[in-house]
Amino acid sequence: MSWLSRNLPYLMAGISVGGQYALIAIGYTMVYGILRLINFAHGDIFMVAGLIMVYASTVMPIYLSIPLVLILTVVIGFTVERVAYKPLRSAPRMSVMISAIGVSYLLQNLALYITGGLAQQYPAIPWISDTITVFGVTTKRVTVITPPLVILLVVLLVLLIQKTKIGMAMRAASKDFETSQLMGIRINSVISMTFVIGSFLAAVGSLLFFSNYTGVTPTVGAMPGLKAFVAAVFGGIGSIPGAVIGAFIIGISENIIKGLGWTTFSDAFTFALLIVVLIFKPTGLFGEAAADKV
Amino acid sequence: MKKNTEIMINVLLIALLLAVLFILERTIPSTSMLFTVLKKGAIYALVAVSMNLLNGFTGLFSLGQAGFMLVGAYTYGILTIPVDQRPNVYMYFEGGIVQFALHPVIAILLAGVAAGIFAYLIGLPVLRLKSDYLAIATLGFAEIIRAFFQWDKLGPLTNGSNLLRSYPSYKSVLFYFIFSGICIALIVMLINSTYGRAFKAIRDDEVAAEAMGINLAHHKRIAFVVSSYFAGVSGALLAMYQTSIQASMFKSAMTYEILLIVVIGGIGSVTGSCISSFLFIILSEWVLRFLDNTTYIGSFQVPLLRSGFRKVVFSVIIMVIVLFFRQGIMGTREFSVSALLGKKKKAKGGEQ
Repeated sequence: MSWLSRNLPYLMAGISVGGQYALIAIGYTMVYGILRLINFAHGDIFMVAGLIMVYASTVMPIYLSIPLVLILTVVIGFTVERVAYKPLRSAPRMSVMISAIGVSYLLQNLALYITGGLAQQYPAIPWISDTITVFGVTTKRVTVITPPLVILLVVLLVLLIQKTKIGMAMRAASKDFETSQLMGIRINSVISMTFVIGSFLAAVGSLLFFSNYTGVTPTVGAMPGLKAFVAAVFGGIGSIPGAVIGAFIIGISENIIKGLGWTTFSDAFTFALLIVVLIFKPTGLFGEAAADKV
Repeated sequence: MKKNTEIMINVLLIALLLAVLFILERTIPSTSMLFTVLKKGAIYALVAVSMNLLNGFTGLFSLGQAGFMLVGAYTYGILTIPVDQRPNVYMYFEGGIVQFALHPVIAILLAGVAAGIFAYLIGLPVLRLKSDYLAIATLGFAEIIRAFFQWDKLGPLTNGSNLLRSYPSYKSVLFYFIFSGICIALIVMLINSTYGRAFKAIRDDEVAAEAMGINLAHHKRIAFVVSSYFAGVSGALLAMYQTSIQASMFKSAMTYEILLIVVIGGIGSVTGSCISSFLFIILSEWVLRFLDNTTYIGSFQVPLLRSGFRKVVFSVIIMVIVLFFRQGIMGTREFSVSALLGKKKKAKGGEQ
């Protein structure tokens, strides 16, 4: 029992962070599923969502700034795709990836310029930032509401993909990009839709994430971004439930490692896991077999 | 005959360049921005060419360069700090466990060896991966290396997350030029050897290359280790140039910068990488500096100009190049004097 009470804070933090990674990971896995592109800028879009919230909350009440954050982040995600990835549709995959790295570099430098390089204090969102006590552990309410919220969003997303027309188009595009075009699917709107959903979830993730870790800096998105990508690979790239489970596993393991006093290696663990997964089970937990991954 | 004259011209040009640098050093005060830019440019040229060897010539999309530079920089620092300075530098670790100091040049070479050993070990699992998976795995390993070097249990060796400083460094810009020049020449010789041709074959078509009897694993490993060796050497030079190092500066953003230099210069062009490193450093450290300063014309404050704007402008330029000039400055061609004079051989390089 004492073991549990000592480690419960880490476990809860792990589940909560895992949920936030999951929301980012969905963006990676959907884009990769269709475009075969590691969207390096996704972590930075997450960071930008945090910054928009910081600035929006200084000029308007919270109940207006939250929808504004969601809308603006979606617009940014959509624009990035249209400007930086769409012109390279027929280019080699590496060119698109370099373009993604360029966008990431641009967003980080833009954030550096706007913030002046200082960490920005994230506003406390009423209710979800309140302090509560669960099983004798003091924490913020966001820690508790993250897992159910993530599961709710994922269920909605899976319904969207399984039951609607655009969802069917997405599944077709991720199976076979060219053939789905021949079948009359407007591929550009499908891709845009993927980016819209991914950015929306990243914005929700940033609301939850920064309520716990209050400082927003220009490079804050890089690490969660990479970890979320690892989660997506771990779960089987292209699979949404896989990405979510992978993200929870990574979030929990990372916090347990921190709890053991190995904080230096909590980031390293994620990448070690990535390499082990890629070598021994390149399709991940739920991925479909694909020929040219390894 | 023709080839001999071309070599002669190139040797003359290099001698002329070194002579100009020599004279400049005697005439311009050594604090001038020019030397800072030239030194850093030479270091970045070396690391850019080493990355190009992997990404441009072997087709291995690796993003681990900053990690190997870190290994090189730390090896250099650890091996050269004078013994009497060690108690100061390793103040939290009782002077550290290394109690000798090597000659800087030997230490630089060993820095490369250390990076090469790391690359060999990392390459064992990682080189089986392809394209973007290789990229993300090497990026991951670079992060692991960074965390590892900052680990306080390794403090007696690496000084934990504290600075390494007080090691000897050469002030002359000539040293940086000659050293990285020799290294780049070695890489060019490798590229033009049978190994280099095998690398290009792997880049163009792995299956065909294997069918022609090229041992994929062996050649990929050689390219990876050699590239990392020179990344390590350039890390050592960077350590020397900066006079103090800390693991936290070798972030993935550094790899991205080097990758963008390679892209601007043209993936698959050694001279392109060199030209674009100097352009990149000159623009970002010197010419575009004015964008960072709040400026007044009369009483009118020029809008937007303030700290950080330089990098924004810079990244926009890079995006434009990535999107609209995908070939970069040189494409896969190489700069040469005869091409510049005669323009006869211009068609030879061609598109990929």
